[in-house]
Amino acid sequence: MRRVKAFLLGVWEFVVGDDWRTALGVVLALALTALLAGASVSAWWVMPLAVLGLLALSVRHAARGR
Amino acid sequence: MSGAEVGLAVSVFLACAVEAVEALTIVLAVGATRSWSSVMCGVAAATLALAAIVAGLGPALTALPIDVLRVVVGGLLMIFGLQWLRKAILRSAGLKAKHDELETFREETEAARAAGTGHGGFDGYAFAISFKGVLLEGLEVAFIVLTFGANQHRIPLASASAAVAVLLVVAAGLAARAPLARVPENTMKFAVGVMLSSFGMFWGAEGAGASWPGGDAALLAIVPGVLLAANAIVWALRRTTSRGALAPATSGEALERATIGV
Repeated sequence: MRRVKAFLLGVWEFVVGDDWRTALGVVLALALTALLAGASVSAWWVMPLAVLGLLALSVRHAARGR
Repeated sequence: MSGAEVGLAVSVFLACAVEAVEALTIVLAVGATRSWSSVMCGVAAATLALAAIVAGLGPALTALPIDVLRVVVGGLLMIFGLQWLRKAILRSAGLKAKHDELETFREETEAARAAGTGHGGFDGYAFAISFKGVLLEGLEVAFIVLTFGANQHRIPLASASAAVAVLLVVAAGLAARAPLARVPENTMKFAVGVMLSSFGMFWGAEGAGASWPGGDAALLAIVPGVLLAANAIVWALRRTTSRGALAPATSGEALERATIGV
């Protein structure tokens, strides 16, 4: 059990890294893109906005923590 | 070779070169202090493990439906890319200390000496440290090789690009017989972050059902756009730092901020 927990923690650390907000933001942005595209609405603009917003927020959060 | 394939080859090459430089520092420090044969066993075991990961997961990934693959790969590349980019931006703005290979070499050498001597011919410490160093530094690159390569069905191209990067770094390390401290690691990490984020958002959006204006040509706007935005953030951070709102990571960073381009 301890090994499984350690493995899952390792996977989480590897994939999500030290900023879970960015990972969550990427998932939400992809979901919004899929939602808009499914409704036949132009959705290409979601990801660029998400990347710029998430990058700025992530950098701001890290800079304030220093 | 298409633009996307050039992007694939360049991104994998840069990512792999950066991680190889860091792994080389650990290998050199432990090898010079302990046992070269045990270190080489560790390097070989880690390389085999990485090759097995790529060989095992590659076919599984390419078997996924293309839209699912693009969403998964796009999402992962964006998460990785934004992390690389955030750290590179903080380093460029002087808010995070740059990776110092000479300092890492000194620390690893001291730790290797302090670990005591091994028993018999095989040095377990040297094996474990070199194995762990190469595996951990290589894992992210293996993932980039897999995701980038699988999405374009060009895993062999991605693997070849990674292999060339490793061979070049090892050759440079053998020639210098020292850590490669003059490699512009942060600039390379900045470039990798831009490429991963750009291709990640492109594929992620396509996989989620969106259509880019201009199709593949949209990448010609996306990559420079992300680069521009990242540089704008560095510029804004430097201005904030120079006003004293945020303290730089080290006193030497002021000089680096003035001399290091992004």
